[in-house]
Amino acid sequence: MDTETYLIIILVFMIVMAIAAIHARDLLSSVIAQGAIGYGLVLCFLLLKAPDLAIVQIVAETITIIIMVAVLHDSTRFETRFPICRRDIVNYSAAFVLAGVLLYYFVHAIAVLNPFGEHTLRMSEAYVYQAIEATGATNFVKGVLWDFRALDTMGEAAVLFTTAIGVLAILRLKGKKQSNQ
Amino acid sequence: MTLYILCFILFLVGLYGLLISRNIIKMVISLTIVEVSIFLMLILIGYVSGGIAPVVFDSQVLENKLVVDPLPQTMVLTAIVIALATNSMILTMAIRIYKKYGTFDIHEISKLKG
Repeated sequence: MDTETYLIIILVFMIVMAIAAIHARDLLSSVIAQGAIGYGLVLCFLLLKAPDLAIVQIVAETITIIIMVAVLHDSTRFETRFPICRRDIVNYSAAFVLAGVLLYYFVHAIAVLNPFGEHTLRMSEAYVYQAIEATGATNFVKGVLWDFRALDTMGEAAVLFTTAIGVLAILRLKGKKQSNQ
Repeated sequence: MTLYILCFILFLVGLYGLLISRNIIKMVISLTIVEVSIFLMLILIGYVSGGIAPVVFDSQVLENKLVVDPLPQTMVLTAIVIALATNSMILTMAIRIYKKYGTFDIHEISKLKG
């Protein structure tokens, strides 16, 4: 079997798991199904020749699952169920209509893309063929990340730092005392 | 083409979950599904069949060989880390909401607000 067949099998598995995650009655099983989607993505990255991404995704997915299980441990596992009201019917029909319209336009829009596996390198040609002379990096992803586009990476670090401050500010139980009291 | 459409169906499943779920944790999970589908779409576009992974030991390896596009991989690497950060931020807010209102259900919360 070729790469495409393997990818189709993994993607169908991921879609089934996504539906299971949305419709599970227990929130813990939702979290487990989400973990299955994340690790399916790791397998896809490995098949698509992206080893760096596979490493990062496996770490990020594990951390997300740990945080989610910690949140559920501190609250409730069970979702409260209610009989379907009129607002739910509006939500369901809006979701299905939106999905149908988006799928119709997506099928027309991907006609301009290259078919799978026939991508032409345009700007990245410079990154690939000059990376070793210009940066000395034998891993081109790291060469782009830390040298050609280092400013983007600095922005990413700024976002991470801001989020860490935000999480600390939200989780802090007591407010800071004012100094003049 | 099949792969692109399957990837978009994964996106639509996530969007459906975001629209119909009443539970905050399930909304976070749906958002994660949407993120996963977008990462996969970008990498699928950058794939070159028969290409090697963008890790080599010296420049002679590159002759007469195709390489997978490293640029989408870099962008997705950044996006994965930022998605992790935003997810942990949302979950922090969710736990604070639970501590205040005692429920994850958004209809109940909007009723309790009065």
